[in-house]
Amino acid sequence: MTLFDDYLLLFLVVVMALGAVFVRDLFSGVLTLAAYSFFLALLWAGLGAVDVAFTEAVVGAGLSTLFFLVALFLTSHKEKVRKQAQVRIVTLGSLGILGFLLLFGSVDLPVVGDPESLPSKHISSHYLKNSLDETNTPNVVTAVLADYRGFDTLGETTVIFTAGIACWMLLRRRDDSST
Amino acid sequence: MIRPHDSVIVHTLARVFTPIIQLFALYVLIHGHDSPGGGFQAGTLFAASFLLPIIAFGIQGSLAALEKRAIILGGVGILLYAGIGLLPLLLGGEFLNYGKLPIPGMETAALRHWGILGVEIGVTITVAATAVSIYYSLRERGEGQ
Amino acid sequence: MADILFSRPHFIAFIILFLLGMYIMVVCLNLVKKLIGMYIMQTSIILFFITLAVKADSTIPIIMPSVSALTPEAYANPLPHVLMLTAIVVGVSTLGVSLAMVLALYRQYNTLEEDQILGKVK
Repeated sequence: MTLFDDYLLLFLVVVMALGAVFVRDLFSGVLTLAAYSFFLALLWAGLGAVDVAFTEAVVGAGLSTLFFLVALFLTSHKEKVRKQAQVRIVTLGSLGILGFLLLFGSVDLPVVGDPESLPSKHISSHYLKNSLDETNTPNVVTAVLADYRGFDTLGETTVIFTAGIACWMLLRRRDDSST
Repeated sequence: MIRPHDSVIVHTLARVFTPIIQLFALYVLIHGHDSPGGGFQAGTLFAASFLLPIIAFGIQGSLAALEKRAIILGGVGILLYAGIGLLPLLLGGEFLNYGKLPIPGMETAALRHWGILGVEIGVTITVAATAVSIYYSLRERGEGQ
Repeated sequence: MADILFSRPHFIAFIILFLLGMYIMVVCLNLVKKLIGMYIMQTSIILFFITLAVKADSTIPIIMPSVSALTPEAYANPLPHVLMLTAIVVGVSTLGVSLAMVLALYRQYNTLEEDQILGKVK
């Protein structure tokens, strides 16, 4: 991806996020959030993270928008208009300090695209060199996810199952006798 | 109880798209080894192929009872995953070491290949069942007093 | 100072999105708006990790068996991708549970605004 594509997609992503937040009707906000998810997936596919882009497009833009829309369908979808805009000085000040600290810390981070940066050494190069011989799987991300780091994926699947049970139990009614 | 949608366009498109989405989900699951894909994407696509006819045609009777018990399949998926991980432990290896699965006549790399596929099937079942179950919880039990 | 701002556009976008999400979660009084802020915050952190995994002139981390494996410098770093796959799915599970909580609150108090709920609780 050329630098112009990077800049354009990053700008569009930030504009979509701002649009999802500063719109009054919650339905439109949620659909703008879906557009934000799709642009983010495009950006990640351009940066070489195709599995992550696929998952974000399916799970992030598809499933989370569906849940939001169902919840909004059953409740009201208009945000209440405040009489005056409340600007919290303390919040803005502390977030400004946090932003400045993050900018200050990002100077020490490696240059984007450096093949010799520290996250790319040690075990990551071991996975890239040996995963095809040891597991017969061309897709290195699937091999690492399901084989080398299979224990984490077991925990993640348990988290998803627990979320399903938690949603079930949170919305129990008083006359639920068969659950 | 959700009532079916009135529009002919929605009905026709849902009828056409549901088998296409299911086929694509199966493709993404099995080809997760060679191309981008895998368990989570396939599970969500399966859930979408179940939710699309529910939203378009409504749900009544026995299908509603099936949707209510969809969370049980989530447990089946985790049992499959942990079972495939537990088998090597019972035969002298470590937990989740697919190289020591008791399938005769395969070397370690092929055994790990099939172990990864079995584990991804477990993940797909759990993700699909949980997505349908969360949708059911939010829609059917979230309204009213 | 100018080269810090313009040589790393990904980090600047990450900082803007992260602070925007945090600001929305703290300031907005509508519960669903707060969840929109939480979602923006989670995806901004995933953007940060993916940026750390980029290598210049590299291809996607899928090794073709017909072509012999290239050196590890030619593929994008797959380890942050794996971690972020987990992060996305856990994020959407958290969103589902939070929406169930919002619906339970709406069922009890019939409103989605935080100050009205706090008034009715007292």
